[in-house]
Amino acid sequence: MATYLDFEKSIKQIDEDIASARIKADNHAVEILEKELEKEVSKTYKNLSDYQKLQLARHPDRPYAIDYIRLLLQDSYELHGDRAFKDDLAIVCYIGYIAERKVMVIGEQKGRGTKNKLKRNFGMPNPEGYRKALRMAKMAEKFDLPVLFLVDTPGAYPGIGAEERGQSEAIARNLYEMSKLNTKSVSVVIGEGGSGGALAIGVADRVAMMRYSVFSVISPEGCAAILWNDPAKQESATKAMKITADDLLGFDLIDDVIEEPITGAHRDKVAAAKVLADYFIKSLEEMDQLSDEDRMNKRYERICSMGAFEEK
Amino acid sequence: MKFGEIFGNFRKKQSSPKEAPSHWVKCSKCQSLMYFKEIEHLFNVCPKCGFHMRITAQQRIDLICDEGSFTEFDSSLAPVDPLKFVDKKSYKKRITEATAKTGRTSSVISGACAINGVSAQIVVFDFGFMGGSLGSVEGEKIVRAINRAIENKEGLIIVSASGGARMQESTFSLLQMSKTSAALTKLSDAGLPFISVLTDPTMGGVSASFAWLGDVIITEPGSLIGFAGQRVIKQTIGADLPEGFQRAEFLLEHGLIDMIVQRSNMKKTISDMLKFFGKNYKKDGYELKIKA
Repeated sequence: MATYLDFEKSIKQIDEDIASARIKADNHAVEILEKELEKEVSKTYKNLSDYQKLQLARHPDRPYAIDYIRLLLQDSYELHGDRAFKDDLAIVCYIGYIAERKVMVIGEQKGRGTKNKLKRNFGMPNPEGYRKALRMAKMAEKFDLPVLFLVDTPGAYPGIGAEERGQSEAIARNLYEMSKLNTKSVSVVIGEGGSGGALAIGVADRVAMMRYSVFSVISPEGCAAILWNDPAKQESATKAMKITADDLLGFDLIDDVIEEPITGAHRDKVAAAKVLADYFIKSLEEMDQLSDEDRMNKRYERICSMGAFEEK
Repeated sequence: MKFGEIFGNFRKKQSSPKEAPSHWVKCSKCQSLMYFKEIEHLFNVCPKCGFHMRITAQQRIDLICDEGSFTEFDSSLAPVDPLKFVDKKSYKKRITEATAKTGRTSSVISGACAINGVSAQIVVFDFGFMGGSLGSVEGEKIVRAINRAIENKEGLIIVSASGGARMQESTFSLLQMSKTSAALTKLSDAGLPFISVLTDPTMGGVSASFAWLGDVIITEPGSLIGFAGQRVIKQTIGADLPEGFQRAEFLLEHGLIDMIVQRSNMKKTISDMLKFFGKNYKKDGYELKIKA
């Protein structure tokens, strides 16, 4: 069963009508309804509010890192563990082939269904998860493998154990090491890019966001609770923080927006995976033209160019 | 003469296992009996409970390497007894016995091979030779295999099955740990892959040196792998150990190994890793195909 959001009610109605017309084998009605659906879709999705985009970014059917990995990678193997404490299942690492290229994909994985959500800790990594990502990235550097990071987390896990083992240190270490990692890297926010937990695998030669993804310093709920003193003000907070892909591209804080299907990646996972793969390969081909040194300098300059201020 | 002995002389003597080899194998986990041919066909994995039985170094080579591709190196290296070590037996005597038992002078077999067509250097431990212990000969063989891998730009595979460093060589064997680990840095600098396969059991000085330095660490299900033996830990901490402690699944959960691979998939996994991380291998004929 597909899940429909509040603003998708009219679409849900037409989808149901199409399904019942199909059962009756009424091809004529199906044709008419499909045209109607197309119109309704463009009407609904053209003027989405920021909050509606956030809802799409958190949509329960939205493809997660492993969904993309299964669609993209061929002959893939999963590698586990930080070799120190625990295999954090909120971060996954796969090696495999995308269009003749050997690549490594490191992604934050949310779970689907209660059992999997608990197993993946709702996509909130612990320090060992970030250390696993760093270990894998270093391995990619050693074997000259390009890395694709898939960012999708509400944030790094806030817990007692996480603090004991140095959540801050783990994130900080990643920011430091990834900025000088000598291999081609692309980071794509596929759903939620929540705070430092997202940035820890969000430092790369290129950073892009899927059309309906968000990237912010804190979750809108957290922001509303702190600044508005009222968690219910999340809609206002979402709008104020400017966290959608288009907004961030406008501020030059990210490099590109990947145009996933207009109805959202969850409606057509294969098409979404295709545009993601195309973007990754195109980015690698462009990076092939640069020397390692040029590419690294460019990455450094890009990272250091971020900020808004004036000097009087 | 006792009563029983008089009749004992008339009894038919039972044949010893050596005279009549048993064709039946008992799984040490689920106790079920199986015909030896069936077990051989399944790479010595119990068909009932999936238990991976221990196999010899030669069986391991047959399992992993392409048929007829294995060439042994350094088989002439033999141990000496630098400390004139004697416990219940002398070290010399133990070596003689182990040599008579296995037909080799060390607990590792090393050489060049091809795995699904990919050439590589391989080192395999034989638990049957003094518990697969690491001594000077074993250390030297490993370093020479590493050097051959660097020279030929090939990957290295070490299949460990060992109780640890060899006590009879004392500090000589302890320092094989640093020797092998140091040599691996050269392999790493050359950008060549080291696939470490930990099998049941891999303990002590072997696990705490080269075996845990693999770029990719693979184990078989249920293998016992760790540093200190369970009896030692139990005595030290004075408490029972959790179930599954130091087993492969425990290690995976604790982020210490990359993957657990069934014995039937071992060869393919190793060759895929060599292809993926190896320098010379390029995959052709791949297009971007999104699988629906």
